[in-house]
Amino acid sequence: MTDGKFDVLIVGAGVAGAAVARRLSRYRLDVAVLEKEVDVSFGVSKANSGIVHAGFHDVPETLKGKLCQTGNRMFSQLHEELDFPFERHGELMVAFDEDELRTLQTYHRRGLQNHVPFMEMLGPDRVLELEPNLNPDIVGALHAPTAGVVCPYEYCFALIGNAVKNGVKLFTSQKVTWIGRTDDGFRVETEAGLKFKTRFVVNAAGLHADEIAKLVGLTDFKIIPRKGEEYLLDRRVGSLVRKVLFPVPTPSSKGMLVIPTVDGPVMVGPTAENIDRRDDFSTTREGLKQVFAHAQRMVPAIRSSDAITSFVGLRPVATGDDFIIGPTKVPGFINVAGIQSPGLTASPAIAELVKDILLKEGLRLEENPAYDPRARDKFVKIRGLVEVRDFAALGQVVAADPDYGKLVCRCENVTEAEIRAAVRAGHHTLDGVKFATRAGTGRCQGGFCGSRVMRIIHEETGIPIEQISKKGPGSEITPIPLLKGGRR
Amino acid sequence: MNRSVDVLIIGGGPAGLAAALALKEAGVENLLIAEREETAGGILIQCIHNGFGLQRFKEELTGPEYAERFLELARGKNIEIEPNACAIDIIDHGATKLVPLLSAARGLMLVEARAVVLAMGCRERNRGNINIPGSRPAGVMTAGAAQKMINLHGYMPGKEVVILGSGDIGLIMARRMTWEGAHVKAVIEAQPHPGGLNRNIVQCLKDFHIPLHLSHTITRINGNHRVESVDVAPLDAGQEPRPADGFNLTCDCLLLSVGLIPENELSLKAGVKLDRVTGGPLVDSSLMTSVPGVFACGNVLHVHDLADWVSEEADHCGAAVAAFLRDGPPRGKTIPVRAGNLVRYALPATVEVGKPARISLRSIAPAEQVTLQAVADTGAVLYSKKLRVVYPSVMQRVELENIPEGVASVELSFVKEDSK
Repeated sequence: MTDGKFDVLIVGAGVAGAAVARRLSRYRLDVAVLEKEVDVSFGVSKANSGIVHAGFHDVPETLKGKLCQTGNRMFSQLHEELDFPFERHGELMVAFDEDELRTLQTYHRRGLQNHVPFMEMLGPDRVLELEPNLNPDIVGALHAPTAGVVCPYEYCFALIGNAVKNGVKLFTSQKVTWIGRTDDGFRVETEAGLKFKTRFVVNAAGLHADEIAKLVGLTDFKIIPRKGEEYLLDRRVGSLVRKVLFPVPTPSSKGMLVIPTVDGPVMVGPTAENIDRRDDFSTTREGLKQVFAHAQRMVPAIRSSDAITSFVGLRPVATGDDFIIGPTKVPGFINVAGIQSPGLTASPAIAELVKDILLKEGLRLEENPAYDPRARDKFVKIRGLVEVRDFAALGQVVAADPDYGKLVCRCENVTEAEIRAAVRAGHHTLDGVKFATRAGTGRCQGGFCGSRVMRIIHEETGIPIEQISKKGPGSEITPIPLLKGGRR
Repeated sequence: MNRSVDVLIIGGGPAGLAAALALKEAGVENLLIAEREETAGGILIQCIHNGFGLQRFKEELTGPEYAERFLELARGKNIEIEPNACAIDIIDHGATKLVPLLSAARGLMLVEARAVVLAMGCRERNRGNINIPGSRPAGVMTAGAAQKMINLHGYMPGKEVVILGSGDIGLIMARRMTWEGAHVKAVIEAQPHPGGLNRNIVQCLKDFHIPLHLSHTITRINGNHRVESVDVAPLDAGQEPRPADGFNLTCDCLLLSVGLIPENELSLKAGVKLDRVTGGPLVDSSLMTSVPGVFACGNVLHVHDLADWVSEEADHCGAAVAAFLRDGPPRGKTIPVRAGNLVRYALPATVEVGKPARISLRSIAPAEQVTLQAVADTGAVLYSKKLRVVYPSVMQRVELENIPEGVASVELSFVKEDSK
């Protein structure tokens, strides 16, 4: 008895697993993705800073150095095909003194070795011209215009959405708890009791990649969570910066950044602290002070009182600090582990590399003639039309579907039509709907729209209101009905 | 679909409804209220507790009853309310304003108005605004969101409740959740004095033996899926927490009642200048904003403690809008109003020489035995009243007689007896 027989089974629907899934969907293969969380990207990836790095940070001898710039280049085509929010704003690494200027030159050389195009060293006047709100004390900056910003979860949703349209099977809320070897591959079982057979396993399990590897007896690496706190500022202060701003990095981190997110608001962070626990998602008073002290050093106008929300990401740092991508001594078990920064940027290149590894390991890759690189459930988002005051176009959208006339999230201008589409696309939690539509991400943080979003999820899926959760079982919003048949 | 009106009122809560009635009273017939919810009444609809209307209707009403009184009056005067219609912009259009309304029933409606009244109310400050450290589980929400879930939808967000902030909504919800069977373990307040009205401290906390921890804050939220507990610590004089003297409260629900913010995103789109202290528009004595023809009243202007005062301010606003339509903007000399000793803010920002004025103000901190004064720059005392006690939670109002010629500014202050 099996719940599916596959050629490749990918563990983890974060950016790495999603990119591999989509890449493999181009071939006549049976591919499945198992995600332990209730929705795609809900592990490491949802807390990503969303930067598509130019590629001057890491040395060319590392996989990080090799794959970052390649991945960056591939984003243009991906964006064109999948239409997720992505902009090439460029990045600036700023120096405050002569020592830091010398360090910038090291990064400049490293970038050239990694074939990063169009980099330039800028003097203070030119830097301030590009970024008038930067601290006037800076003495120079390394500018890499090919860097960009992306919405990390929408990128994930787009990859998986397209992969599923091209035949990949997605299983959410399926934590892999057992893997057994067979003559021609593996048997895989989940905590919820599903059983699968597969020829290949791609271990893209993020923070838990070492635990998954251990299930087949591999103990040659460990994952150490590196905690990062990030703070999102009100949309009002969105125009403070145009490019991603870095200080000169420290050995453990790229430093605390000022990031103009692709959705508009500015984000500051992250901190970098190696921790023991894989479930410590708590922000701290010290983290807040540290982040804002660093951000204010670069952009003095930033204030902690402008923060509308904060979150914690745990970066999966593998032994050796580099990505671990490749076949293992267990034939058919491929590791894609330690995908920390610049993992998001590298993800398309990682997918390419994994495809090559699978080919070498004996997987037959036959083109799928029905493959459509653009296929995806898409829906109009009215926010852009409201921002540019295109009321004629907006009027047409509402005339075609009156649900676009029902504004649910008024901070971010999200309508009932958009929320219904997101729920139909499989996002059944408040966080899932939030990531897919932005409803609840604004300054009121869902205070007004939360209960309406819950009602729409209920209407679309039949899930009782008391079972609708923030991010999966255990996080129900209103767990106690006061009376049966109460107004919903 | 497009429309042309004399006045468009954005928001059908107590402010918008009272402004509409005052406009009708003053003979303005062609007006429209844009209401974003299914029914008008605003936040009153979910405030099912009593205590409304003592001043206006001389009887104690619940929020929905108070709203219904206004809706009855509005129906009697044939005031048109467009429900489920959300204003998404305000655009200057020469002598008029263009306001696009998003509505399922009518599509995108462009309303052209000679005057616009901003009456959108306020929203609650949330967790992000006050940066509480810790995890981000379910079960943490604003008191108003919990009020809506319980009173309008019939669902409880938890059984073991801690409330941060002693604002009125938090106090009301402490009682409400207790009535529905929850155990409200404590109300935590960072200030050394309560944020809400004294009557609510007595009726909602003391009567139910709910502890109030003043000069305390929550230093950490624990629990990854659902909130499991909160760490509470006393604050020292510099508002820094002392975790060593703190304690932990287990709970499955944390309600936040940590202040209200006038909701002025739409006002900003119209180019309206805001006051940094109130968070509402800077207005003159006719409650007109920095954009001619755009007026504001109620909680969108500054947060009130009683609905009666919201509707009273809206009466005044409605009359002023009618005068604007009839006579154009006030032509008299305007002079600034300043916030003096112990005054957090005084509103409006300017008053007109030769005319009477009504000023609303709040104190920065509680004080006893003070004199509330309005003094002109010439030294003339325009108003003086002894007060036994003032609280930041209680708004004070001052009625000034005609402002004398020659006065260049007016300063409001609370003067302590001993410092005179």
